[in-house]
Amino acid sequence: MIRVVLPAHLRTLARVNGEVELDVDGEATQRSVLAAVEAAYPVLRGAIRDHVTQRRRPFVRFFACERDLSHDPPDAPLPDAVATGTEPFLIVGAMAGG
Amino acid sequence: MSGVRVLVGTRKGAFVLTSDAKRERWDVGGPHFTGWEIYHLKGSPVDPNRLYASQCSGWFGQQIQRSNDGGKSWEPVGNEFAYDGVPGTHQWYDGTQRPWEFKRVWHLEPSLTDPDIVYAGVEDAALFRSVDGGKTWHELAGLRQHPSGPNWQPGAGGMCLHTVLLDPSNPERIFIAISAAGAFRTDDAGKTWRPINRGLKSEQIPDPTAEVGHCVHRIAMHPSRPSVLFMQKHWDVMRSDDAGDSWHEVSGNLPTDFGFPIDIHAHEPETIYVVPIKSDSEHIPPDGKLRVYRSRTGGNEWEALTKGLPQRDCYVNVLRDAMAVDSLDSCGVYFGTTGGQVYASADAGDSWAPIVRDLPPVLSVEVQTLP
Repeated sequence: MIRVVLPAHLRTLARVNGEVELDVDGEATQRSVLAAVEAAYPVLRGAIRDHVTQRRRPFVRFFACERDLSHDPPDAPLPDAVATGTEPFLIVGAMAGG
Repeated sequence: MSGVRVLVGTRKGAFVLTSDAKRERWDVGGPHFTGWEIYHLKGSPVDPNRLYASQCSGWFGQQIQRSNDGGKSWEPVGNEFAYDGVPGTHQWYDGTQRPWEFKRVWHLEPSLTDPDIVYAGVEDAALFRSVDGGKTWHELAGLRQHPSGPNWQPGAGGMCLHTVLLDPSNPERIFIAISAAGAFRTDDAGKTWRPINRGLKSEQIPDPTAEVGHCVHRIAMHPSRPSVLFMQKHWDVMRSDDAGDSWHEVSGNLPTDFGFPIDIHAHEPETIYVVPIKSDSEHIPPDGKLRVYRSRTGGNEWEALTKGLPQRDCYVNVLRDAMAVDSLDSCGVYFGTTGGQVYASADAGDSWAPIVRDLPPVLSVEVQTLP
């Protein structure tokens, strides 16, 4: 079981409160976690990563265990603490003004 | 009792303003989708409770929202806008070619006959259609694949398809406009398109009378006379009496013929409205006075409408999709400003009053006349 924290606007879209908990097929990677998020909440397709290229949207960041994982390869294993559900995988809207 | 519903898209959410036919007391609903940019929302002419909204964010991209109860509740529908085939390239600001890339939906135009059919004008410029109430979207690719496509280039606001006009007398005919490519028309329901820019003159492009490249800001059509079109171009107010085959200027005595919106009285197809803006480099009202100009002669002869509008120290803009009319008698006229005011006139523009003063910057205004 993976714990995922969504940013406020995406929690509103997905109509969830707080963390979401998801079962992930296979190894816990950015790709498998995002696939699980999108399968559970189809409205989030395209909101975190591009529909076609599957690339992270430019102003979305991925944090976990006090590290910025945004630039890690999408198939790199996530930290054990995320894979075991000890720590959440954070999907974050990048800081920006306006 | 009849009434009106004003649909307002802003930089930070959508608002639904309602009133009875007197249009004196208003209820303000919203914000909906708080914090998101709402470029446009519009209701189906067939089913006024069916609304569509374009919701987008620099962080989280595009959503399309749909309401079946007049804006009380909403549900997200489809948000995948995939260009048909290999997207190809268009001209970029520096003259290089750049691949078409979807950015956002600027304008939603529901079908005149079916509430589940809706068109979307998008940036980078293309026209999409949904036939299932917004769940899935398919490009009418003949437009983007016009041979002039590689020569299209973005205006300062992006390369947006912002105007979609459906001809009520001919379901095969659609007019669209793109900044900065110009106006196009299809007569075969979107399979093929032709530029309709003859008569436009734009000194800001190398060939002022080029077939494409004009920065058309908005086109308006009266449903009773769909071959007559009025256009607010970057500079110049233009008129066509032959469905866009040719245009002539009707700026006449306007203090400046730069501006963004243009609209037509619901019952008088020769009565048109514009909001003159000082210049392309100064998007503010001339002399700090917010004035709507009305022509009752289809252009050329214009009168300033000032009663109830600020006539000093006013420096707001009115964007291209931010003016609309109702079809009550007498015709109501509405517009929203980048300062967050939505003004209404219940007497065809003779006098104005703000419905609200302090919304986020207004991107779009649409009006539904309710039975």
